[in-house]
Amino acid sequence: MAVASPDTAIRTSRITRVFIYLFLLLFALFYLLPFGIMLVNSLKPLSEITGGNMIALPQDWTIAPWLSAWSTAQIGVEPTGLRPYFVNSLVMAIPAVVLSTMVGALNGYVLTKWQFRGSTIIFGLLLFSCFIPFQIVLIPMARILGLLDIAGSTPGLILVHFVYGIGFTTLYFRNYYAAFPTELVRAAQIDGAGFFQIFWRIMLPSSGPIIAVSFIWQFTNIWNDFLFGASFASGGSAPMTVALNNLVNSSTGVREYNVHFAGAIMAAAPTLLVYIVAGRYFVRGLMAGSVKG
Amino acid sequence: MAASTDTGVDLRTRLQTWLPKLVLAPSLAIMLVFVYGFIAFTIYLSFTDSRMLPSFGWVGWDNYDRLFRIREWNTALSNLAVFAVLYIGISTLIGLTLAILLDQKIRGEGVLRPIFLYPMALSFIVTGTAWKWFLDPAIGLENTMQLWGWDSFSFTWIKDREMAIYTVVIAAVWQSSGFVMAMFLAGLRGIDNEILKAAQIDGASNWNLYRRIILPQLRPAFLSAFVILSHLAIKSYDLVIALTGGGPGNATALPATFMYSYTFTRNQMGIGAASAVIMLMTIAAIMVPYLYAELKEKK
Repeated sequence: MAVASPDTAIRTSRITRVFIYLFLLLFALFYLLPFGIMLVNSLKPLSEITGGNMIALPQDWTIAPWLSAWSTAQIGVEPTGLRPYFVNSLVMAIPAVVLSTMVGALNGYVLTKWQFRGSTIIFGLLLFSCFIPFQIVLIPMARILGLLDIAGSTPGLILVHFVYGIGFTTLYFRNYYAAFPTELVRAAQIDGAGFFQIFWRIMLPSSGPIIAVSFIWQFTNIWNDFLFGASFASGGSAPMTVALNNLVNSSTGVREYNVHFAGAIMAAAPTLLVYIVAGRYFVRGLMAGSVKG
Repeated sequence: MAASTDTGVDLRTRLQTWLPKLVLAPSLAIMLVFVYGFIAFTIYLSFTDSRMLPSFGWVGWDNYDRLFRIREWNTALSNLAVFAVLYIGISTLIGLTLAILLDQKIRGEGVLRPIFLYPMALSFIVTGTAWKWFLDPAIGLENTMQLWGWDSFSFTWIKDREMAIYTVVIAAVWQSSGFVMAMFLAGLRGIDNEILKAAQIDGASNWNLYRRIILPQLRPAFLSAFVILSHLAIKSYDLVIALTGGGPGNATALPATFMYSYTFTRNQMGIGAASAVIMLMTIAAIMVPYLYAELKEKK
């Protein structure tokens, strides 16, 4: 496989190729259209949306909807715009991502280089936690957050995302470290290096790619989460997705579609940016979550 | 470690053997409490008379009995069946087709692939917002087609009780088919070209190459796609909330939206817990054999 060229050996005629290109372009359009139209319409005044054609470019270009979505739109009862909720999501996502990645790295290290009786079962237990429907933990979680006095707050959400992120980060690091030569670890051990020394000096320096995968994938999941945000954060501590949903579905007054679109793009921007900058790792993360090894 | 009795010398060695377990212990404890403990608690609640708050009066199978007599739950189950079958089927078909076509030495693959995949980076709430409006007859697709002079064009599925669930399928396929494409593409790139070349020399047609050699080798990718998509389907919540809000009426209710509304807005926690248990069992029926097989292979 290493010597084979990645291109397929299948050959196709010129006519077939024309159809293949057409088909692929058609699908590119299908994927681009909804988001592209949203972008175009977020730059139109409202009257052009309700009275006009959604595909047409704006006649009066305006950034007023963006300003409104960011700082003055009505979210719930307060006309705060989405800015505070954007900040909430950042304050929530960053610690949860860093913590779960650190713990996942250590777990993966133990599960591959320091296996002991029962460690596979522990990994199995961790792995299954990635796939539970979170509805099954909503009720007890609400109780625990209440008991810890962090219900309806950002620290509460950090805890929730940290806890349910460990399974995935452990999976990433375990699969990555499984391919790391164990002889190196044993050699360092014979030279007298301890558990943490080996981790710091040998494992971590070569973990760059998997740390990137873990950061990106955890950030995407946590930023995009809606269920936990809607269940455990109230009012001013809601994350961006919940605030966006409130903005779009608020029943009072005129529906300002252009403001909704600007808000939706703001909610999408951080994860899209990550995807554009580091798409390669993003795809690896997708794979790691499905095909083990 | 029982072998050594010389504690003075061996303290360090002993510590080294215990350290890995100590490092793993907090995660294990967290899992046991926040995952398995919580699951046990929810299962327990599903046998109690809990309403707005957990309460511990034992009612046996009552909640399950009542659950399956609630019309909305049965709607949610049949919606899930329709949604899951179409979502998994169409996403797999589109994903596989795009992967095979992209694999034909396509110029501009580097541009097309990220375009196919980017919706996966979006939140379902964003996807829902975009499609809700795109499919809204008054301002979206229907209106645009009519402005272009196609007066009889009509597309009102999102307002139609019978058809609304299919709009959820459309938006969900839009979001995840690119991801399936990426999985199949990775599988295709791993296929050994020598076998294909040998078969070509023997005069095999492209169709036969795919049918007899390539598709059978993609089995692991098919399995992964099925597992991931079915698990996403059963958990689907955000997309329905953002796209249709479960409506019109409760025509697009899914188990996840049912659970949320019975537990937190209708104060029927016992029934909500019972519905969550059914969801868990459905996912476990798919995931446990899969994970077991995956872990087994590794050994």
